Amino acid sequence: MLGAVWSLLNPVVFLAVFTFVAKVLGASVDDYPVFLLSGLLAWNLFAVSLSTGAQSVVANANLVKKVYFPREILPLATVGVALVDFVLQSMVYFAFLVVIRYGFVLGSIWLYPLAFVALLLLTVAVTFWVSSMNVRYRDLQHLIGLALLVWFWLTPIVYAAGKTHAQIVAPGHRWGWLFWRIYLLNPTAWIVFGFQRALYHSPDANKALAPFTAQQLGVGLCVVIVILLFLLYATWRIFFGLSGDFAEEL
Amino acid sequence: MSIAIEIADVSKRFRMYREKPSSLKQRILSGRVRAEDFWALRDVSFDVAEGEFFALIGQNGSGKSTLLKVIAGILRPSEGVVRQRGRIAGLLELGAGFHPELTGRENVYLNAAFLGLSHRKTDAVYDDIVEFAELREFMDTQVKFFSSGMLVRLGFACAVHVDPEVILIDEVLAVGDEAFQARCLDRVRTFQKEGRTIVLVTHALDMARQLCDRAAMLDHGVIHAIGGPDQVVREMRRTISKHDLEFAREEGSREIEILGGSLHRGADPLAGALAPGECVTLQVDLKANEPVDDPVVSFALHDGANNFVFGSDTAQHGLALGRVDGKRRVRFQLGPVPFTGGQYWVTVGVHSRDNQRVYHVQDQRYSFEVRQTEGRRDQTYVPVTAEVEDL
Ligand SMILES: Nc1ncnc2c1ncn2[C@@H]1O[C@H](COP(=O)(O)OP(=O)(O)OP(=O)(O)O)[C@@H](O)[C@H]1O
Ligand SMILES: [Mg+2]
Repeated sequence: MLGAVWSLLNPVVFLAVFTFVAKVLGASVDDYPVFLLSGLLAWNLFAVSLSTGAQSVVANANLVKKVYFPREILPLATVGVALVDFVLQSMVYFAFLVVIRYGFVLGSIWLYPLAFVALLLLTVAVTFWVSSMNVRYRDLQHLIGLALLVWFWLTPIVYAAGKTHAQIVAPGHRWGWLFWRIYLLNPTAWIVFGFQRALYHSPDANKALAPFTAQQLGVGLCVVIVILLFLLYATWRIFFGLSGDFAEEL
Repeated sequence: MSIAIEIADVSKRFRMYREKPSSLKQRILSGRVRAEDFWALRDVSFDVAEGEFFALIGQNGSGKSTLLKVIAGILRPSEGVVRQRGRIAGLLELGAGFHPELTGRENVYLNAAFLGLSHRKTDAVYDDIVEFAELREFMDTQVKFFSSGMLVRLGFACAVHVDPEVILIDEVLAVGDEAFQARCLDRVRTFQKEGRTIVLVTHALDMARQLCDRAAMLDHGVIHAIGGPDQVVREMRRTISKHDLEFAREEGSREIEILGGSLHRGADPLAGALAPGECVTLQVDLKANEPVDDPVVSFALHDGANNFVFGSDTAQHGLALGRVDGKRRVRFQLGPVPFTGGQYWVTVGVHSRDNQRVYHVQDQRYSFEVRQTEGRRDQTYVPVTAEVEDL
């Protein structure tokens, strides 16, 4: 029970902080908590998996050096723990949507599982990679903290992608379209687009959401998923290749 | 008999870094790192048959633990393959793969899970494990607070209760107290009787000789000797003494050579073990390569732990060989041997009467065994006759 409360603490604090910041900056997104949490919960799953997953092999050095077991259990277990948190948080979030009579729209909710699959693939793939690299380079976990910070702000969680898009591809901005293209190379952006489109549907939603229809996002996420499958295969191979040396490097 | 563990041309290379870049920062700043290869194992090949009790011996750093880890699948061999059949429980050095933050109970379940036991099956053996380890009041303590003996107890208890087909033991029994060690050995013998395969790394050479069916000696990562435990342990002892005391296995200037020594019971070559109190004859054949005046033939006996126990020579018994030219045979009749159970190693030598010249010494080349009389704990044999008379 306490554990459940614990796992809700993080999004609640985030919500408080960013609601405050949004008020101060005057960025107005209708039903901001709904908008923020739809992307934030997904991000948390990713970020927590990565930062704890980086240490998953190193922290279990005693086991790795003494017992044979499939090493991929270690990063997968950290993702599993983060996933339990994600499910718990999402259940509370959904209850919250019901309680405030925000509800769901059937027209775009189908993006949710698609975005979720992409999220999971990305999380597992990157966690595989960082957990195996961190055995050799122990300072990787600090770099991951930095990388996550940059990555977080490159993902439209706190701010609204629609408004950003409107600003940077405005007629006066010469290179805006290029920036936007580059921005779209970020897989977490697509995943968050998906979650937001699936769940956020305030009357003015289109101003805040990424400038894609649900259909376009669906296609986009499918492409992302295919790419991530290759990525997962690659990082799994890397992990497998390095895992033979874990016991001697720890 | 089928094979439980097959080790084929296994080599293991460790990279020895002068300064290992353990961070990306160092890695980037220092550019290419120089690494030297160190071969902890080199072309090791042998099979362990199902149900065999196999001992691995060797000096510190010879690669025993490395080999065991390769067998267990913890280290990947750089070359060659290891094939095993059946579930392997490993007790590899201290700790036996416990997570320090978890309690004893949680670690038991974790360990069992690694060996493929379901939660329910673990429930069934949990009490036995705790019973065997005698750690009931500590099971809810984090294992980081366990003493090393307690860790070994729990590790051993887990390993033997999860019903493995193969068990690997690395020098862990030495840590437990005496009572526990005795129970472990007992358990290991039961395992042996049940036809399970055991690979034991040990420095207790006599234990290896008593318990094992077969042994291998590693030396700098290569198999130096393999075969019957007696033979391998003897080879091991020779190697140790050569390294430590600079004894040559055979030395001497060879004006006279020892053609061979042999042990006889009565007139027949000695076969099988002696009983305490039996007589034995040591026969030494010599050949002079050039005429030598008045050589002395001597012998020495060492017990299994390499302690000198007895020695004598021809001079002591007033025997003069005179001028030796050609071949001679010298016989030492040893009266009732006072030894009880154990293996004894015989060194024979020829030297001048003043000991200034050593012609030829064969160090612990021959051996004989004395059996322990069933049901007795004698340290030595004293011939006794008993009589009774009326007063
Ligand atoms: N992870 C490692 N990295 C580099 N070298 C290693 C590593 N593990 C072992 N070695 C080296 O391999 C050699 C063999 O070590 P190993 O632990 O197998 O010896 P051992 O026969 O078990 O010795 P002992 O009797 O002391 O237990 C040693 O020289 C050791 O320094
Ligand atoms: Mg060792």
